[in-house]
Amino acid sequence: MQSLFFLMLIAYGLGALAAVMGGGTAIGRWLVALGAVVGAGAGLALGATVIITGTSFALSVPELLPLGDGLALRLDALGAFFLVVIGVGAIPAALYGAGYTAAYNDGRASLPLLGAMFNLFLLTMSLVTLADNVLTFLLMWEGMSLASYFLVITESGEERVRNAGLWYIAMTHAGFAALVAMFLLLSGGELTASFVNMRSTSAFLGPLTRDAIFLLALFGFGVKAGIVPLHIWLPMAHPVAPSHVSALMSGVMIKMGIYGLMRVALDLLGGGPVWWGGVVLSLGAVSALLGVLYALMEHDLKRLLAYHSVENIGIILIGIGAGLVFHSYGLMTLAALGFIGGLYHTINHASFKGLLFLGAGSVLHATHTRNMEEMGGLIKKMPWTALFFLIGSAAISALPPLNGFASEWLVFQALLGGFNIPVPEVAVLMPIAVGMLALTSGLAAACFVKAFGITFLALPRSHEAEHAHESSLSMRIGMGILALACVGLGLAPFVVVPAIGGVLNGLGGLPDTRQTFTFNLSVQSPSGFGQMSPTLVMLGLLMLLALVPLAMWILRVNRRLRVSDSWGCGRAGQTARMEYTATSFAEPLRRVFAELYRPTKVLTVEFHPDSKYFVRSIAYKSEIAPLFERLLYDPLLRLVQFAARQVRHLQAGSLHLYLVYVTVILLILLLAARWF
Amino acid sequence: MTGYLLEFSQALLALLLAPGLVGFVRWVKARLQNRRGAPIRQPYFELAKLFGKDVVMSNNASWLFRFAPYIVFASTLAVTFLVPLIAAPLPFDDIGDLLVVVYLLLLGTFFLALAGLDPGTAFGGMGSSREMTVAAIAEPTIALSIFSLALGAGSTNLSQIVTATLTQPGSALSPGHLLAFAALFIVSLAETGRLPVDNPSTHLELTMIHEAMILEYSGRYLALIEWASWLKLTIFFSLLANLFIPWGLALTFTPAALAVAVVTLILKLGILGVVVAIVETRIAKLRLFRVPELLGMSFLLALLGVTSSFLLK
Repeated sequence: MQSLFFLMLIAYGLGALAAVMGGGTAIGRWLVALGAVVGAGAGLALGATVIITGTSFALSVPELLPLGDGLALRLDALGAFFLVVIGVGAIPAALYGAGYTAAYNDGRASLPLLGAMFNLFLLTMSLVTLADNVLTFLLMWEGMSLASYFLVITESGEERVRNAGLWYIAMTHAGFAALVAMFLLLSGGELTASFVNMRSTSAFLGPLTRDAIFLLALFGFGVKAGIVPLHIWLPMAHPVAPSHVSALMSGVMIKMGIYGLMRVALDLLGGGPVWWGGVVLSLGAVSALLGVLYALMEHDLKRLLAYHSVENIGIILIGIGAGLVFHSYGLMTLAALGFIGGLYHTINHASFKGLLFLGAGSVLHATHTRNMEEMGGLIKKMPWTALFFLIGSAAISALPPLNGFASEWLVFQALLGGFNIPVPEVAVLMPIAVGMLALTSGLAAACFVKAFGITFLALPRSHEAEHAHESSLSMRIGMGILALACVGLGLAPFVVVPAIGGVLNGLGGLPDTRQTFTFNLSVQSPSGFGQMSPTLVMLGLLMLLALVPLAMWILRVNRRLRVSDSWGCGRAGQTARMEYTATSFAEPLRRVFAELYRPTKVLTVEFHPDSKYFVRSIAYKSEIAPLFERLLYDPLLRLVQFAARQVRHLQAGSLHLYLVYVTVILLILLLAARWF
Repeated sequence: MTGYLLEFSQALLALLLAPGLVGFVRWVKARLQNRRGAPIRQPYFELAKLFGKDVVMSNNASWLFRFAPYIVFASTLAVTFLVPLIAAPLPFDDIGDLLVVVYLLLLGTFFLALAGLDPGTAFGGMGSSREMTVAAIAEPTIALSIFSLALGAGSTNLSQIVTATLTQPGSALSPGHLLAFAALFIVSLAETGRLPVDNPSTHLELTMIHEAMILEYSGRYLALIEWASWLKLTIFFSLLANLFIPWGLALTFTPAALAVAVVTLILKLGILGVVVAIVETRIAKLRLFRVPELLGMSFLLALLGVTSSFLLK
């Protein structure tokens, strides 16, 4: 295992080095990708080894950082699971990046910086899962945030990109501050405390301290995960990053927030009172529903996907929140089921969201726009990308037999176990969460009919879309791997679920569920609540798909097909302007949820000067109210600006005044030192 | 072995009954409106006619347009293997529970909506957009309303729900059951494109949902899609009939029990058909933007149903 670990370290390092030496050349781009692929592959192998063998891997490097215990690295099963998630997301993204970054040769971005930061980002993120003391964790966490910041502002020539970067770095540091405070409380003020120590001492903390730790952790990790209302940076930062980076940030990095929450709330604190789980569950349900509702109104393909990340983080948190609630009542098997559902959805989301972002990147690459209203007809120009994007769309819409369905099914089953909760006030949370989750998945399907249908089907709506081209081989391979992962993870819950059961074994007192959830082909939840088998569903569907044409052939059904114009009510010659647009597609749902969106409409009609019966042009503009920006962040920003203006009075520019400050402070310090 | 044979004969039965059921509803409706009406066997003739016709495909359409009818038909047909139509428990129970049923139906709707967008006509897009709006609210309602039954039965597998109700007949009148029945009935009308949500016999572009979406289809593709939508109606009626009033289902696979089951199934479907025909005659179509209110109400009913099952369990 040690050699795998060093292979990972060296590969990422060499990848970054190659980028610095010659990231702008074709060979350089491939070496960057190679470093990341080998590094991520080694990480994946290391994580898989830890999960399969069940023995954790530890490495202490006290001499590397002579502060306290220095860097302490230890990979247990929980960390290993997330290291596997990183591998699943990073290998295809890196391959894809080799082809995708070629477009940056035009000088819009610095390829050496991009390549180096890409590898450093993956390295620090992998080391977050290995961190075994507070110092290492915080260092790697901050490294991951900074590296991803540089990746976000890759195209820093544009003001919008810099703005998004600013939001990201500000939000992530607010979260970081909360994490530092949280670890200070947890470790009793000692930042070099190891996780082992904290695990044993956390039980002796007062209940108020534990609650404060939990809330700080929820805030700090919630910012990274993109929980509503802390999601605000996500739809800004993810779309402006290069697409393979978006895939990694949306598919993998936000999961580190989930990792942190599991690590602190379940592992280090060993679970808590019911309301912890209740809060996580409610936030998850709200995030899921609001995420998909905002995604529906979005016509920027990558922003749409970013909002869906908020939705899916919500689904993951519903599973984990339900797990925490059951955990606090000692319903351990059900708790494990909730956590399994959440973690299964974590790896599933990494695969289909990665795939969708890569697909969106190919579309962006080919059409130079992210606006869906200018796309259309791409299924004929980019057949492979279209197929992969379709698989991703079906998977994220939780359609059987793909992977999104398997994990949502488990989350549903966990929630349905909620009637075991003895307190009715708490139990009632579960059916409400069931309702919100069901509604979320229905809306997600509607949203992806829009995303796929408007982007890839019908006639091209712009010149660029008409002249689009299929993406390069490396990009197609990257997408293909993730498409296979979507299918594979969906068909093999009988491998994945026991593996996650093994990961959770013993964590926060969870039992070994590998026996409870063993199955030949069906997923069976505890107490025999439900059964299903995606493998057999797939097999059945394939059989029927073959049988139907066969039966039609045997029955001598007419097999002729003529190609002709679409029916236009007598009007010949159909143009793209007659098609339904993304806006019109989403219009019914915009009306249904108008209370939330509060849409504004501006209709400008220009008439012919001679007669108002002849319309020259019509301009229609409609926007939805950015609720969280207006209600939460605008007041907050005003407050910060106000405070900054007040502080500015101190900085008068006069040297004499500054000398007075220094003297006064010195005097105060001296007096303080004398008295205490 | 008999079990597997039963599975296939049950699917075949649903497949053959579906056009007849639609023909029956149309006939009753015509009678209620003082018309003579087409004979009940008319839908069979329609299928035969459509299967014999050439397909005319839009030159804008892609492979997805040609693939969609098969996936719609196959996914709907797959559901008939998982729903207890004439007997319970079924050998395929372990393959899929109610969530699989709901999401398989969503799979068909998903591809049909994509196919509606594919030819690039305004009608198709209109239909797809409306269909997905309805489905986005209707599908979760189905899941929720069956959940409230599942909680009583302690299983999400449909056969177990059925047998649980049979062993505890009193549960059929519990608030969770009744609320769920009301919710599922409303949603069934929406999902199968009946009044007051959609009018199956209209071709007026401003009101149609399902018809607009499949406007570009013809020949064998149209036959498959129509048959699938009739099959969907049969499935929803059977769910309403057998989940809430399961009496008559065969619990043993003897010929006598099965014969009784087939007859009761046809009877139940017939009664529901009459009810739907009356509803369609008595109620006008809702304005499109009032439909979500109706569906929202059924969603709330289902949520109340689940909540009461949770708390009363």
